[in-house]
Amino acid sequence: MATPTEFRLPRYGEEPEGTHPPLGYPGYRSTALRHPKQDLVLLPQMLTEVTGPLLGPGRLGEFDNDLTRQHAGEPQGQRIIVTGRLLDGDGRPVRDSLVEIWQANAGGRYRHTGDRWPSPLDPNFDGVGRALTDSDGRYTFTTIKPGAYPWKNHDNAWRPAHIHFSVFGSAFTQRLVTQMYFPDDPLFSQDPIFNSIPDEKARQRMVSRYDHEITQSEWALGFQFDIVLRGRDASVFEEEEDEDE
Amino acid sequence: MTKLLPTPSQTVGPYLSIGLPWPDGPHVVPEGTPGAFWIRGIVRDGNGDPVPDAMIETWQADPDGGFRHPDDPRGEASGDFRGFGRCPTTPEGTYGIHTLLPGVVPGEGGTAQARHIDVSVFARGLLNRCVTRIYFEDQDNSGDPVLATVPAERRGTLIAAKTEDGYRFDVRLQGEGETVFFRV
Repeated sequence: MATPTEFRLPRYGEEPEGTHPPLGYPGYRSTALRHPKQDLVLLPQMLTEVTGPLLGPGRLGEFDNDLTRQHAGEPQGQRIIVTGRLLDGDGRPVRDSLVEIWQANAGGRYRHTGDRWPSPLDPNFDGVGRALTDSDGRYTFTTIKPGAYPWKNHDNAWRPAHIHFSVFGSAFTQRLVTQMYFPDDPLFSQDPIFNSIPDEKARQRMVSRYDHEITQSEWALGFQFDIVLRGRDASVFEEEEDEDE
Repeated sequence: MTKLLPTPSQTVGPYLSIGLPWPDGPHVVPEGTPGAFWIRGIVRDGNGDPVPDAMIETWQADPDGGFRHPDDPRGEASGDFRGFGRCPTTPEGTYGIHTLLPGVVPGEGGTAQARHIDVSVFARGLLNRCVTRIYFEDQDNSGDPVLATVPAERRGTLIAAKTEDGYRFDVRLQGEGETVFFRV
């Protein structure tokens, strides 16, 4: 048996260069006064970092994963189904894990007091959803396609349509907030938030895929969006993996 | 084993407060829990101005140093201590987390870590979360292996000061007294 001082912990691997955005990114003006300028200090992965909140069960209401049924009437806009798997870098599903989303309505307006752009609020749409992944790591939301909206970052700036995703994974090291985009959006080229990801291929991993199998006849268009979190260093866990299989 | 490439991080943007806060988010433990206290602070930017659209998340051991998590090789802690706190900042940039003092947690190679809480800071203008740690000024932090790697003149940014109802822990994202942030 491992003694308290000799235990082995999971080790979450380094992510490839260019996967995540730099904290300071001049194209996105709000980073200017908010990004740390001192070097980050390496925090070794110890107990607090390889554990994390396992939340979800008990946190969900009946219509939390169907944003079109949270009011008396249906929201305006194109009904869509967004589904995908929450996986770690080794392809393992992250099960029973909370997925939270928020988004603008079909006209590109958020139900937030700070959003003043002159597109109307939709009385039948809050733009907030929660789901729990199943035993395969899969989550599913029914919602409407969010609209693009202008912002003041640069001249004639528009955010491509997107849905904000927040996931926990199994450990503090895996916590991720990202945005899901839609295929072939003409606004990508001028969006500094999308383009802050240095690796072009990594950028494409934020773009959902239209899926005709998910699309439901005479009801809703379907999109697939898998979310991949950091994997565990395989060498550390080789033995355990073999035992599991 | 299949290697999959990770999904990139993106900013929470200006409207996280419609999606992420929970009514019980700031309460790691409920009001009235014996020994519970508030950690309060302000998040400030490079000008020293409050950040009204940030969110603080905390993760910590229970008072005995245990984690309710299957990857704790000492065994999963029993009890219902959530360990997790979440609080968006107010228009004045303030936040509060109601919790219990975490226990001592073992570190690497037989060391013991001082009592600490891991923190993620999210905000508009942060393309990725910023990770920091809270330590406590009235606890013994002398042997902590993480603090030892932080330049001595910056360690103070990680140490919460005692207050009437708990502790104060301000976050300075940039500039004078910039908080120490970690790469995990």
